[in-house]
Amino acid sequence: MLDSDFRTTNAIFTVSLPPTPNKERNLMNDMNPLSQLGDMKLTRRDVLIAGAVSTAAASVPGLAAAQTAALPTPQAAAQPPVMAKLSLKVNGKTESLDVDTRTTLLDVLRENLHMTGTKKGCDHGQCGACTVIVDGRRINSCLSLAVMHEGSSVTTIEGLGTPDKLHPMQAAFVKHDGFQCGYCTPGQICSAVAVLEEIKQGIPSHVTGSLTEKPLLSAAELRERMSGNICRCGAYSNIIDAISEVAGSKA
Amino acid sequence: MRAFTYQKATVPADAAALVGRTQQAKFIAGGTNLLDLMKLEIETPAALVDVNHLALKKIEATPEGGLRIGALVTNTDLASDARVRKDYGVLSRAILAGASAQLRNKATTAGNLLQRTRCSYFYDTNMPCNKRVPGSGCSAIGGYTRQLAVIGVSDSCIATYPGDMAVAMRLLDASVETVAPNGAKRVIPIADFHRLPGNTPHIETALMPGELITAVTLPKPIGGVHIYHKVRDRSSYAFALISVAAVIQKDGTGRVAVGGVAHKPWRVEAAEANMPQGAKAVADQLLAGAKPTEENAFKVTLVQRTLAAVISQAKKGQA
Repeated sequence: MLDSDFRTTNAIFTVSLPPTPNKERNLMNDMNPLSQLGDMKLTRRDVLIAGAVSTAAASVPGLAAAQTAALPTPQAAAQPPVMAKLSLKVNGKTESLDVDTRTTLLDVLRENLHMTGTKKGCDHGQCGACTVIVDGRRINSCLSLAVMHEGSSVTTIEGLGTPDKLHPMQAAFVKHDGFQCGYCTPGQICSAVAVLEEIKQGIPSHVTGSLTEKPLLSAAELRERMSGNICRCGAYSNIIDAISEVAGSKA
Repeated sequence: MRAFTYQKATVPADAAALVGRTQQAKFIAGGTNLLDLMKLEIETPAALVDVNHLALKKIEATPEGGLRIGALVTNTDLASDARVRKDYGVLSRAILAGASAQLRNKATTAGNLLQRTRCSYFYDTNMPCNKRVPGSGCSAIGGYTRQLAVIGVSDSCIATYPGDMAVAMRLLDASVETVAPNGAKRVIPIADFHRLPGNTPHIETALMPGELITAVTLPKPIGGVHIYHKVRDRSSYAFALISVAAVIQKDGTGRVAVGGVAHKPWRVEAAEANMPQGAKAVADQLLAGAKPTEENAFKVTLVQRTLAAVISQAKKGQA
């Protein structure tokens, strides 16, 4: 559908709505400018940031009060951040940074290096959205301090492929519709690439039949090995189709 | 997360000395549990000593015919080691039944032993918890207890030890090697490593302040069929409701350890004499004196039935 078609359709939709209560009408008015975003060259990320800023501004008094209540001693609140120097390789490029020691690898990627392909989901190692490959092994980047990765070699979704030259796993996810909202997808793809390497190396899993034989490249193996990547849209069966295709073409 | 200083150690005794003399210091290895807890401010160290650069990443044969597993060997590397897969299958199986591949790639042998309970009241900083804030009370007692302990509980705490790997290590009679801040080394039998809650549930292991785990050793292999059967609410990537680790010999004798039922991996050697009489005879003695709640009484039955399935599986010779 062309941009102009989209606007026309949207305009008709708005005009033909029955009368709504004030609250809903305000919401519709707020939403209307979104249909013009195509002309304004704003990315979805810009819109989300703008939204987050206005939400934060509106809720500052409440937030400040809640934080004061949660801190047991004023002393703890006064502790200044500790900074540390860090040098690591991200997608082949050496990056040198000065970071707060609390910064996770995930936050360094997103906030310091502005590589926002890696996603923050739960931030507690439960969802897998932040999966990246470090020194050949996939890890949850949210549960690793950046300062612990001095000299590490990190591969993120940005390092696997580009829009012009997709990694075979990226192409397979597109082909098999291995996502809906797409938020978990970078983590799913980094995990999937690592899964095939793990099976190749003979690393066993919970469903591997015999511990003394090489694991098979079966759907059951792929499902178990991908269980650390949650997809709330439920694209699991298509994800397995995508990984199976890449595995098959490699075999 | 609270601010903290960060230092790297390169020699085990230096790391222990550093943590021993620094206020509110902690070791960090994989960090998969510690950082989770630091984000929630359940753990608030003022100093972290990174032990990832210590030379403790090897799995070596011991003169006694067993294996010495370096403290920093990752869960993935331990579960994948050919010797472990061949002679200590129950250990590989237990590790692979836990967490996700991403976490196993980062989690270490020593760190896994020290992971803390997943009791939801321990994690909820708005609720009293004797483990988090000693003396504040236990919200779990009288609360939601389906996941919690059924045996070895106290009036202060009914949390479980959440891990899988340690259940297999308890079964295999592993030993934990440590170095203290003053450089003294000692060996702690795994049976004495994790503690019951008593009235000090915040003290979870036999480790002294600043004491660093350097290795876990396994005695020589004992043969038999190795099985780790974990029962959980989903088929992967969930903590155990209960788990049964067993090594069963051809004559029907064997060993059993259970996870998800107590504040430590649960094994009663005397109960194992009943193995030839079947699961009920073993489970009755293994869980004698259990004090389940209405919500988790099912765990007592579940242990017996899972052990019956394990014994049946062993008879067919399936690991």
